[in-house]
Amino acid sequence: MTTVVEPGLRRRRNRLRWRNTVSGWTFILPNFVGFALLTLVPIVALIYISFTNWNAFGAADWMGLKNYTRLFKDRSYRVALWNTVYYTVFHLPLTLAVSLGLALLLNRKIKAVAFFRTAAFFPYITSVVAIAIVWNLLFSPEYGPINQVLSFIGVDNPPRWTVSSDWSMPAIIIVATWREMGYYMILFLAGLQAIPRELYEAARVDGASSWGRFRNVTVPCLRPTTFFVTVMLSIESFKVFDLILVMTDGGPGQSTFVLSQMIFNKAFVENQYGYASAVSVSLFVICLAITVFQFLVNRRIER
Amino acid sequence: MSPRLAPERVPTAGVSARPRSAVRRRISKVTLYGTLIVASAFLLLPFFWLLMSSLKKDNDVFTVPIRWIPEIFEWHNYVDIWVNADMGIWLKNTMILSIVVTLLQVFTGSFAAYGFSRIRFPGRNALFLGYVATIAVPWQAYMVPQFIMLSKVGLTNTLWSMIALQAFGAFGVFLMKQFYETVPEELSEAARVDGLSEFGIYRRIMLPLSVPAIASLALLTFVKTWNDYLGPRIYLRDRDLFTIQLGLKTFTADPQHASQFALVMTGSVLSVVPIAIIFMAGQRYFVEGIATSGMKG
Repeated sequence: MTTVVEPGLRRRRNRLRWRNTVSGWTFILPNFVGFALLTLVPIVALIYISFTNWNAFGAADWMGLKNYTRLFKDRSYRVALWNTVYYTVFHLPLTLAVSLGLALLLNRKIKAVAFFRTAAFFPYITSVVAIAIVWNLLFSPEYGPINQVLSFIGVDNPPRWTVSSDWSMPAIIIVATWREMGYYMILFLAGLQAIPRELYEAARVDGASSWGRFRNVTVPCLRPTTFFVTVMLSIESFKVFDLILVMTDGGPGQSTFVLSQMIFNKAFVENQYGYASAVSVSLFVICLAITVFQFLVNRRIER
Repeated sequence: MSPRLAPERVPTAGVSARPRSAVRRRISKVTLYGTLIVASAFLLLPFFWLLMSSLKKDNDVFTVPIRWIPEIFEWHNYVDIWVNADMGIWLKNTMILSIVVTLLQVFTGSFAAYGFSRIRFPGRNALFLGYVATIAVPWQAYMVPQFIMLSKVGLTNTLWSMIALQAFGAFGVFLMKQFYETVPEELSEAARVDGLSEFGIYRRIMLPLSVPAIASLALLTFVKTWNDYLGPRIYLRDRDLFTIQLGLKTFTADPQHASQFALVMTGSVLSVVPIAIIFMAGQRYFVEGIATSGMKG
């Protein structure tokens, strides 16, 4: 690098750089135009709109922080936030545990492994609409199969599931876990199979029990995957919506009313785009905060 | 690297030659299969019930005690649904959308991924970071400004809005880039020396090599578009534009049909069948696509 670059070479290098820039952008442009217009611009616009009282007719006045102060006083917002947290607190660990369990079960030489994998993955590729229809009927309080099974095994007052405000959220959590565990199972399987076999063999030579092998080989080696799954699951949980929209529509009462439902209702039912955007910003900030927080924790553990 | 989910590479549990462990191994094997069978029953029972109910009479869907298998198979449900609902229109719209969106996503995604992974230019990494960062932003957070923008240009209530919404996702770029990184740089270098243009390298070398990745992306995109409910719910008003998900949901919510449980189930089965077929045919690619997108965060 210490040699003096002759002008001809430099010019050639500049030309190459220029050519690379042009061809790089040519490749990226078709996607970038759509991506910028439909994702980047809306994200920036969101912040502006959240400070206005934009409505369906497009009349927008600058409101300053009014939407946000209104948000803090809004009882519905607190309910939505609380329900979203409630959903996340149960759905996240449950899905994590079940999908890891499934992955561990399926990560071995057994017959029909393909069948079991398909069975676990199938709910994930089924549309929420079909899922909601089936589970709503399965959950019907009087004649639904689930409550019939429950009373058959001796439960006296089986829960009224989606028509009761206490049990609607647990019902949603069950269905959501059932639907998503196959997806995370695949991520865990990929992580498990990246663990070098030699580590297990070494542990066995050292006389480690299967629990010891799990604790001292599987868990530490799987940490990057677990981290990724946790980040994904938190974001997925906080933005939970379409399942709720089709299964309970936020009800009964406000028992399954979550943040995304509030954005949807304010924007597309009540046409209050400005206020809906303020709710959106809060969702955005929460997801960002979770991701950053998890990255920080992860870095600290790694050190 | 793209991980293969092949069972051969899996560490087997408890393989040792001691005779004492033979019995134990047998017991653990039985427990394992027992657990798996119970788990998959729990996973698949809703589908079984859906399929069987779609062949019942409306009044027989809920019976005490539960009857899993209908007495008489009401095959005509599968004819009635086409008359009672706009099944044909819904399927046609959904098919058009899924195909167009998939083509656009695969084309623009793989093209951009090539630019990101093979061509060095200033600002490239920052730009890619922007792409990745938006994957963590939930769509629900920016669906409102997006809707305002698309309605300003008059695209709401058209199928175009659905195409615009779904065809340019960052996910496709990310997935394809992950794959391209596994292709040795020397291949493109050699081609460059031989005088092939960047586009030539993309077309002649990368594209043929990335068929499995493209299959993954295409299948995932197709299924996602097919199953999307929220987008159509927000954007599409005309009944002629309804997709299968929106149509089915509207049909169920209509008081006129709400008690036609069997017919509702028939419609649900029909909405799932195409996806089931695609999934069975390309399962390997689904699994690899998801596993790849999960690697390296």
